[in-house]
Amino acid sequence: MTREALTRQIHHIQDEVLLLGSMVEQAMLQAVQALRNRDVPAANRIYRDDSYINDKRYAIENAILILIATQQPMARDLRLLAAMLEVINELERMGDYAKGVAKIARKIDGEDLPIPAEFDRMAQLAVEMLHRALSAFVRESAAEASSIPREDDQVDALYNQVYRQIVNWMIANPNTIDHANLLMWVAHNLERMADRVTNICERTVFIVTGELMEMDTTDDEDADLDDED
Amino acid sequence: MMEREHTMALEVREMDFYYGSFRAVKNVNLDIEPRKITAIIGPSGCGKSTVIRCFNRMNDLIPGTRLTGEVLFHGQNIYATDVDPVQIRRLIGMVFQKPNPFPKSIYENVAWGARINGFTGNMDDLVEESLSQAALWDEVKDSLSKSALALSGGQQQRLCIARALAVKPEIILMDEPCSALDPIATLKIEDLMRELSVHYTIIIVTHNMQQAARASDYTAFFTMDTTDRAGLLVEYGETNQIFTNPKDQRTEDYITGRFG
Repeated sequence: MTREALTRQIHHIQDEVLLLGSMVEQAMLQAVQALRNRDVPAANRIYRDDSYINDKRYAIENAILILIATQQPMARDLRLLAAMLEVINELERMGDYAKGVAKIARKIDGEDLPIPAEFDRMAQLAVEMLHRALSAFVRESAAEASSIPREDDQVDALYNQVYRQIVNWMIANPNTIDHANLLMWVAHNLERMADRVTNICERTVFIVTGELMEMDTTDDEDADLDDED
Repeated sequence: MMEREHTMALEVREMDFYYGSFRAVKNVNLDIEPRKITAIIGPSGCGKSTVIRCFNRMNDLIPGTRLTGEVLFHGQNIYATDVDPVQIRRLIGMVFQKPNPFPKSIYENVAWGARINGFTGNMDDLVEESLSQAALWDEVKDSLSKSALALSGGQQQRLCIARALAVKPEIILMDEPCSALDPIATLKIEDLMRELSVHYTIIIVTHNMQQAARASDYTAFFTMDTTDRAGLLVEYGETNQIFTNPKDQRTEDYITGRFG
């Protein structure tokens, strides 16, 4: 078979995308854990380590641009590389959500409000969805990718549950509004992370079919409130 | 001793080349990395074929030509008076634009160069090894006595590469080796070049910049000076850099198709 160099380099980039994905998964799980345990040193580390995620994303982007410039990928190869540019962007933004959670974990150290139990489940669900979405992505399985977005409903349900709970705290005791608002932010970041998994699944379908299409989820596209610094 | 001081496969120093009184190439300074693929690109008339032919004294065969400057191979100027050009061409082989097998059997095409060089080892082994290295053995092993001219264009070109390999060169010069081949045969040659670069230094002239981008590690961009029409080296660097972020505006214009 010809084009061994191109094939080898594409596989290498795919591996790097998976590595980036696992960095993001770990960051989010650890950020929620740091919040739960009110572990400020861990939160500081997660906050700082987001720069590794950003660096990895730029390195992959650069490698993809070089491959497009030098190897003239066509058809499926081209779709795969274009899709990976999109996927690493999604992963970096998820990394920012984890960083945002870590930032909040630093801020509410010592505060009185409980950390909602739903956060752990939401993080776990979002990370599992991401993991399977990336697995479907590298195996180019459109069928599996298509099945993942509907799982977002579970995350949305938990989000609505935790939202009502936090609003109730605010109403019951307006002194907690600052703190409660930060917790709302955590819920939002977790919910958005799961939303963005859908974008990765859309790119998998694009690689296989060549069609760019939005996958239906019940979620409304609310404005980003995530941490961007 | 010399090996240690001169780590480059070739070092080109202040090289000018003349056809009669016309200076076709001027002031070339270039270090060729060993066991890498270096591509020479540029528009028609920029002197790229002339330059590659300077690297194994192939231009000596054209009357009225002259070279100044130096081309160092293991630190030794290949244009020094005591250097045998035939020996240079054995160590620095060449593959041409149009496949040019001899009108003999496949076997004889490969064995010929080694035989006239006084090879005394096992010729069958050498032929098999050379054809294998050129990724042709599996296709021809049962028809070694058939005429080389019966092979396809892509196979003929790989046979010419096997023929060049059989005399154990260090450097292989390729002057537009794929311009007469179809796209699949072209990609096969490119994959072969990548395999060969583990052991050999390869320098390829190509008018196909996509090929340079795909197949090379380093790229040298030549153009023609508009005042005296002499070819000159504009930019030389890693292929990835040349094709994503060239430093010279002339390189940028050429590789983005905005030349002329």
